[in-house]
Amino acid sequence: MSQALFLEGVRKSFGTLEVLRGVDLAVDNHEVVCLIGASGSGKSTLLRCVNLLEPIDAGRIVVEGVDITARGVDVNRIRRRIGIVFQAYNLFPHMSVLRNVTLAPRLALGLSAAQASEQALGLLGRFGLAEKANDYPDSLSGGQQQRVAIVRALAMQPDLMLLDEVTSALDPELVAEVLEVIRELAAGGMTMVIATHEMSFARDIADRVCFLDAGVILEQGPPAQILSEPREPRTQQFLQRIIEAGRL
Amino acid sequence: MAGESRRRSDPALDGRRSRILGSLTSGAEGRRGALIATFSTVVVFTLLALLVTHAPGWPEVKKTFFDWGQFKDSLPDIARAFLLNVKIFCISEAFILVFALLLAVIRSLPGPAALPLRILGIAYADFFRGVPTILVIAMLGFGAPALQLQGVPLSTTFWGIVALVLVYTAYVSEVYRAGIESVHPSQAAAARSLGLTHWQSLRTVVLPQAVRRVIPPLLNDFIGLQKDTALVGFLGSVEAFKQSQIDAAATFNYTSYVAAALLFVALTVPLARFTDWLVLRDRRRRQATGT
Repeated sequence: MSQALFLEGVRKSFGTLEVLRGVDLAVDNHEVVCLIGASGSGKSTLLRCVNLLEPIDAGRIVVEGVDITARGVDVNRIRRRIGIVFQAYNLFPHMSVLRNVTLAPRLALGLSAAQASEQALGLLGRFGLAEKANDYPDSLSGGQQQRVAIVRALAMQPDLMLLDEVTSALDPELVAEVLEVIRELAAGGMTMVIATHEMSFARDIADRVCFLDAGVILEQGPPAQILSEPREPRTQQFLQRIIEAGRL
Repeated sequence: MAGESRRRSDPALDGRRSRILGSLTSGAEGRRGALIATFSTVVVFTLLALLVTHAPGWPEVKKTFFDWGQFKDSLPDIARAFLLNVKIFCISEAFILVFALLLAVIRSLPGPAALPLRILGIAYADFFRGVPTILVIAMLGFGAPALQLQGVPLSTTFWGIVALVLVYTAYVSEVYRAGIESVHPSQAAAARSLGLTHWQSLRTVVLPQAVRRVIPPLLNDFIGLQKDTALVGFLGSVEAFKQSQIDAAATFNYTSYVAAALLFVALTVPLARFTDWLVLRDRRRRQATGT
């Protein structure tokens, strides 16, 4: 299997706070990697760095064999190949669902309006959102909005999807519909890096689970091993707290 | 529609429904309220009218400022001259809206390479917000024609418009900039994460939201501009203020000023009410969606 994503010694500080302290991670094509860890452990920052939304201080990020942290790379070209979905959906509130989805394919990929619409309607239909195409985001439920955000990222036909706690802002009864969409993506062979607090979901979907603690990947392996028999005391502690909160 | 009725019955919101009528609710309670409101309004205004008209010196004031004959004589000329104010307003506004947006965008450019542009933008805004408008108008209106350079227009109205555009561009760009900054960074992040360039994200995602939010304060600046068109009369262009000055000088009666004032008010009041209405509508909409 060829490598979709390769991180080496990635460091990132915000002021004096060092959020990432040398992260190494390799993700193969069609692999689904879940990042778990406490809030503030650096999961979101890591994903934002891979998308180049945050410049890194040290290290290397390689996507499909191209070092995207090298000087002089075309940031916009790289971002088109990496889809990211945020916790707070970040849909464009002044545009209909259809325009949210077609905007980037038209502007960044140069698709005609007709081509972009056709593709978008196909994707929206696939995820049960066809009749919402002309609605505005604020008239949609949180689950629907997040599904639209996923469709919006998919419309760019990315090689890699980054999902940043996409169910954390949702009411519990809306979580399932979003997870269903992600399952379908995984079944379709999409390479994904998923930051999540949904441990049972991670166990289900992940090929590999990485436990982030204080800015490093402390432990990684198959979900069964990490979630059931973690070696590191910090991982055991974290999972113990999750179990006490009734989320595993 | 459930939301509609809930909003209507919320007294806190009803209180803001109309600043003029206050919180008049329907039903028996409301009828009593309306009665009291009408009564108190009539009493207060009658008292005020009596107080003014019975004040010592009122006949003099009336003759000097509120002479009906003078008013009728001077109004047609002033109204004609007022068309020039409207023209100055419309032409300046068109340029201001475009230039101010440009200036605001320049000031929001990212990256170290754009620093000189940002400095220029800041210097411009600081300078023209700091200098009195009348000074800029005098400087350009008297100074530029005095250069006697070929191709430089001599029209005072032209230079008046240029001065207003220069000054108001600085103000309005601040309004736009506030709007741009009010759009949450996550919106730009979402746009950039999809592979849009900075410019594309600004044009399609940030600016449309920013402009929508600042329409009320923009209109507020329009009201200021509408009034400041009178400053161009200082250069000699015969607009409403200058015309009323001419009439006053000829008759030693100042009713013509009142006539000009009424014309300005007639134009600004609808705009002010429209602005209020927009602000109210915006607030209701935000409360309805709960954000």
